Amino acid sequence: MTQAGRRRALSKAVVFLCGAAVVVALVPLALIFFYVIKQGFSSLNLDFFTKMPKPVGETGGGMANAIVGTLILIGVASAVAVPIGLIGGTYLSEYGSKPFASLVRFTADVLNGIPSIVVGIFAYGLLVMPVKRFSAVAGGAALGFMMIPIITRTTEELLNLVPSTLREGSLALGATRARAAFSVMVPAALPGIMTGILVSLARISGETAPLLFTAFNNRFFSMRLDQPISSLTVQVYTYAISPYDDWHRQAWAGALVLVAVIFVFSLLARVVTKRLERMHAR
Amino acid sequence: MKTPSPRRSSDDRLFRLGTGFFALIVVLLVAGIGLELFRNSRLSIAKFGLNFWRTKTWDPVAGNFGALPFLWGTLYSAFLALLISTPIALGIAIFLSELSPKPLRTPLAFLTELLAAIPSIVYGLWGIFVLVPAVRALENVLPQWLRKTPLFSGPPVGVGMLAAALVLAVMVIPFTSSVAREVLRAVPATQREAAYALGATRWEAIQAALRYGRTGIFGAVILGLGRAIGETMAVTMVIGNNPQVSLSLFAPQYTMAAVIANEFTEAADDLYLNALIEIGLVLFVVTLIINVISRLLIWSVNRQVKVKAAAAEPVQRAREAA
Repeated sequence: MTQAGRRRALSKAVVFLCGAAVVVALVPLALIFFYVIKQGFSSLNLDFFTKMPKPVGETGGGMANAIVGTLILIGVASAVAVPIGLIGGTYLSEYGSKPFASLVRFTADVLNGIPSIVVGIFAYGLLVMPVKRFSAVAGGAALGFMMIPIITRTTEELLNLVPSTLREGSLALGATRARAAFSVMVPAALPGIMTGILVSLARISGETAPLLFTAFNNRFFSMRLDQPISSLTVQVYTYAISPYDDWHRQAWAGALVLVAVIFVFSLLARVVTKRLERMHAR
Repeated sequence: MKTPSPRRSSDDRLFRLGTGFFALIVVLLVAGIGLELFRNSRLSIAKFGLNFWRTKTWDPVAGNFGALPFLWGTLYSAFLALLISTPIALGIAIFLSELSPKPLRTPLAFLTELLAAIPSIVYGLWGIFVLVPAVRALENVLPQWLRKTPLFSGPPVGVGMLAAALVLAVMVIPFTSSVAREVLRAVPATQREAAYALGATRWEAIQAALRYGRTGIFGAVILGLGRAIGETMAVTMVIGNNPQVSLSLFAPQYTMAAVIANEFTEAADDLYLNALIEIGLVLFVVTLIINVISRLLIWSVNRQVKVKAAAAEPVQRAREAA
């Protein structure tokens, strides 16, 4: 073969391998979806949503308490993270060129890469150790800490999408910067900010590790914030590593619900972002 | 022309300081995590010092703690996962940014990044019931002479290092590939055009782009390393949770994150709890350093075209996918 021929052949081979890499990555994705949907649908029934877990050895029952628990945990997490992320993100967008803003931005990105189990230990030391009791507040806070960097960064980014003429206009009319930010800029970016919150919810609603020793688990129905609380993820974990077939079945059902919820969050986020982009492109 | 009234400028300062305080919380959070973990691991640090990381005995009853097997398990599994995921992730990044037909680009990018949206616990569940049996079957058909080598020794139980490395690899791919894609996109088109003008083939032009963005690509790879080191649930469920230092891919082993997840609520006395938190502290410091380095590398590639790590930019990702 000529040298040029060899080079062309090598190039073709690499192009082929790169395409193959995409296929290789999509195989596990397809397999996971296949099993979650197949095993999940055959196990999912109304009882799953409405009934409490049955004692060991009895079949049937559901995860009603875990579903409510997850909703409460998400609520606590949002209460912690949304105000901080929203206002912090507003700062980054308004004063983005200051060195301090770069530091915050950088730290937020780094915080995003800290293992969730480490955030769990932090919440444990902060909220469980002093009162010597696992609680929904501790679990929700752990999830909230993980949401903060995501909401901060998306809020900043979406506020930057709003034309700065809006800010200038309101300043020219005599508004203070706070007024311009919170009455003009934030409302204009609101759909996008909601999207950021949705995206961060999609991230944290599947988290298990930070809940193991903060929210712990609860066999009973509880809505109290100062008591241990059940969650879908921890319940799926407990059932998955148990030796009982019926619990395995319910773990798959739980996984399907989790994946579905996350999928809906992400899809919703995409739709809103797309609409927002089109609006600002005009 | 009127100068702004003193009241207004003090209002503006209040706004700056007020919102700045909330931004500061992000920084305080990271500092707080470090302090809190250090404070709660003092007992173990004082008692064992560096021996904690050099010894293998993990005996909660006797109050004797050595974390070497966990450190080994974490590093070995992360290394193997990167070995598998890096070529695949870079292949995906190259295909999506340089080769793919336009209409395929968006859906393929969306699908590969969907891998990042699947919760760890679902990977674990799938790992236990689908991957582990498959790995066990593979272990059983492996020829005897290979089974004698240290890399494949031990009984074919399915759970173990190989299953963990495979799950980790799949979980890391979307992070590495999306950041690498961002980096490749930031490489000026002129780099490739110049290569083509000199008669380069497609692969040679891609090489030129890769070389231009190599720091950022390296950043993408070690961002994946950080993810692999900190990953907890899926690994806990498939690695076998057996503290031993072994080269064997078939051996059940243990990782730092897994031992925290498994034993934290069982830690009856303070020393035991402190030992576990010290493992968490090291996990924190290591991932912190890795993340700082990777962000710096990624940011340095091109300051004009702001390269943003996809992991931190969900909206950006959503927008690209849309």
